Amino acid sequence: MPLAHPKPLAGALALAFLALLAGGALFSLAFEASRETGDTLAAFNPYLWRVARFTLWQALLSTALSVGLAIPVARALHAHQHFMGRAFVLRLFALPLALPALVAVFGITSIYGRAGLIAHISQYFGYGLPDIYGLTGILLAHVFFNLPLAVRLLLAGLDSIPADYWKLSAQLGMGNGARFRLIEWPAMARNLPGIMGLIFMLCVTSFTIVLTLGGGPRATTLEVAVYQSLHFDFDIGQAVALTLTQLALTLAILSAFRLTGRPTEEGFSLAVTTRRYEKLRVGEKLADLTLILLAFLFVALPIAGMVVSGLSADFARLFSDRSVWRAIATSLALGGAAALLSVILSLALVAARQAVAAAKKHPLFERALDTGASLILVVPPIVIGAGWFIWLRHFADPFVFAAPMVITVNAAMAMPFAVRLLRPVWDTTSARHDRLCAQLGISGWTRLALIRWPVLRRPLGVAFAFAMALSLGDLGTIALFGSEDVQTLPYLLLQRMSSYRTLDAAGLALILGVLSLGLMILADRGSRKESMQ
Amino acid sequence: MSGRRKGAEVALKDVRFNYGEMRMHFDLTVPPARIAAIIGPSGSGKSTLLNLIAGFETPQSGEILINGVDVTRIAPEERPVSMVFQDNNLFAHLDVETNVALGRSPKLKLTDADRAAVNSAIARVGLTGKEKRKPEALSGGERQRVAIARALVRNRPVLLLDEAFASLGPALRNQMLDLVKALHQEMSMTILMVTHHPEDALHLDAMLFFLENGAVTARGPARKLLSDTGPAALKRYMGTVT
Repeated sequence: MPLAHPKPLAGALALAFLALLAGGALFSLAFEASRETGDTLAAFNPYLWRVARFTLWQALLSTALSVGLAIPVARALHAHQHFMGRAFVLRLFALPLALPALVAVFGITSIYGRAGLIAHISQYFGYGLPDIYGLTGILLAHVFFNLPLAVRLLLAGLDSIPADYWKLSAQLGMGNGARFRLIEWPAMARNLPGIMGLIFMLCVTSFTIVLTLGGGPRATTLEVAVYQSLHFDFDIGQAVALTLTQLALTLAILSAFRLTGRPTEEGFSLAVTTRRYEKLRVGEKLADLTLILLAFLFVALPIAGMVVSGLSADFARLFSDRSVWRAIATSLALGGAAALLSVILSLALVAARQAVAAAKKHPLFERALDTGASLILVVPPIVIGAGWFIWLRHFADPFVFAAPMVITVNAAMAMPFAVRLLRPVWDTTSARHDRLCAQLGISGWTRLALIRWPVLRRPLGVAFAFAMALSLGDLGTIALFGSEDVQTLPYLLLQRMSSYRTLDAAGLALILGVLSLGLMILADRGSRKESMQ
Repeated sequence: MSGRRKGAEVALKDVRFNYGEMRMHFDLTVPPARIAAIIGPSGSGKSTLLNLIAGFETPQSGEILINGVDVTRIAPEERPVSMVFQDNNLFAHLDVETNVALGRSPKLKLTDADRAAVNSAIARVGLTGKEKRKPEALSGGERQRVAIARALVRNRPVLLLDEAFASLGPALRNQMLDLVKALHQEMSMTILMVTHHPEDALHLDAMLFFLENGAVTARGPARKLLSDTGPAALKRYMGTVT
């Protein structure tokens, strides 16, 4: 019996937690749907189909734009390995993904919004004000997040081209078109389905961006519609129907995604550069550098805008506001708790998997421990949140459960990443030390303190920082469960934005951005030192 | 393979090239239509020498002359040189015919004459019937044959072999050397080959350049240098004296 041992038991408990969290939400939705069959069926109305269509449409456009623009940018970056600031551009391209969506939205409106940079320029020349709310804003924000991601992933593909190919291409005198068709495209195409699947999924489940930049019922997605039907209309039947549709959609996309494989950043690095031997014409060089400059500005301007508008906020007033301090404290407490829970549960899964795998007796249990954490990605946080919200309201005021819901949902969402950080270290130390420890009789807590802890300390810290940064920026769960009593920073920020206290909101966005980025940088530093050892 | 071109003289005059800590200095001449084998311990600069001739590296000073023309500053594609590497000579996603055809037109715009040249080159290296195969469906020796076929359709007077046969077994390697020898007799190009196997030089009756620490320390006919009366450094490298 594996369950007689502490490690498999802990792993089973972690799995049970995930199953309860996701299963409870699904059960609640199914229960509600079966109880109010009429309501639910009636809710599969033209509105729902319109929202579903728009969800897919905006994701499709966002993916096409992000990847379509990323291909020439990645090519240009790869063709020019040595210009000043290349490393800076690549680092900058890692930034958007580390920013909470709400903070990025703020940066984007500071450039493209009604009072943004573009609006100023356009007014100066006597043109009208741009209106980005609606599809335009959603696409801008999605491309802002996903273009740099796609560039980095494509560049990883280009970096994996054998060096001899570049020598050959120079010797054979391949021009720009031939280089693209014969060398670069095949290397990028291998990664492309995975990259497009990933970006499509991110855009289908994007909540914050659509909530803040979408324009009313015309430009809304399933996740935002779920939130609105629970938060404003309190139409349970509609919420259930929308949630089920979203779930079916993510399931369908993910099963298609399984066929494409996961894109990797393997081969990507700032340090190692590929040598290229071809002589570019001046025109080609100029076009490439212009392209890089435009992509750089597209990513850098909103970030700069976020900082500049944030700095012009009245921090003295902001920090004399008790609700700001409370929101910061709540965010840190909930984020810290979520991160702690996430790391503990991930460690339990990782340790159990290794122990069960070594025993080689329960392949099914091993598989469950292996894939359990990543399965949670199938169920978007809004679906979990909505399911529990609908269920809990039978027993009490659901807003009372804000803290446990935010902690558990965010912990679960960070687990796939934490597992990926912890597992390699745990598995290699086990492989290296298991026999030695058995021979010397080192076991239990002694082994944990003496052998495991020194090696695991750093990856645990990295996973914690990463998980905390993720939950600090989360808006999905708190948007449903938040209230006057429990407000996180993103929740307060959203409130200030919707009551048009823009300057306050800018200041809050800067605070949130600095907190999340600080944690991400910490995590990044840690993991880089890790890989150097 | 129209028009038999005579091989060109390859000369490096006072060429200096620094690679990290390593300072290299090359001064050598390979007469037209000769085969030169370059041997020496690893890190002695053998591959760098070929890379300089092919134009993948640019020397700090000195000049590289091919057929008396200074090619030191011109692009790899403009040099009258073809090079075959140890691996990755073929684009993995393209079939044999296309890989060879790239030697005629990097944009793959082929005339009928080009196609005929491609087919006869494939036939010449003994790969007829395998035109549509992808590199993954070829043995290591066959892949190198494709690379040589491409060099044939390029029809450049200088052929550089950078340990091109190093990953092949002895029997296959000898077959490839025989192929090189036959092609050399037909087309009389100048061949420079880097090898770890001094017996390759004997097999081809080549002239030999022995490199140590980025400079040629011994040169002459392979038969003579590799005999008992050869220089001591070479014997140490060969392991015949300790």
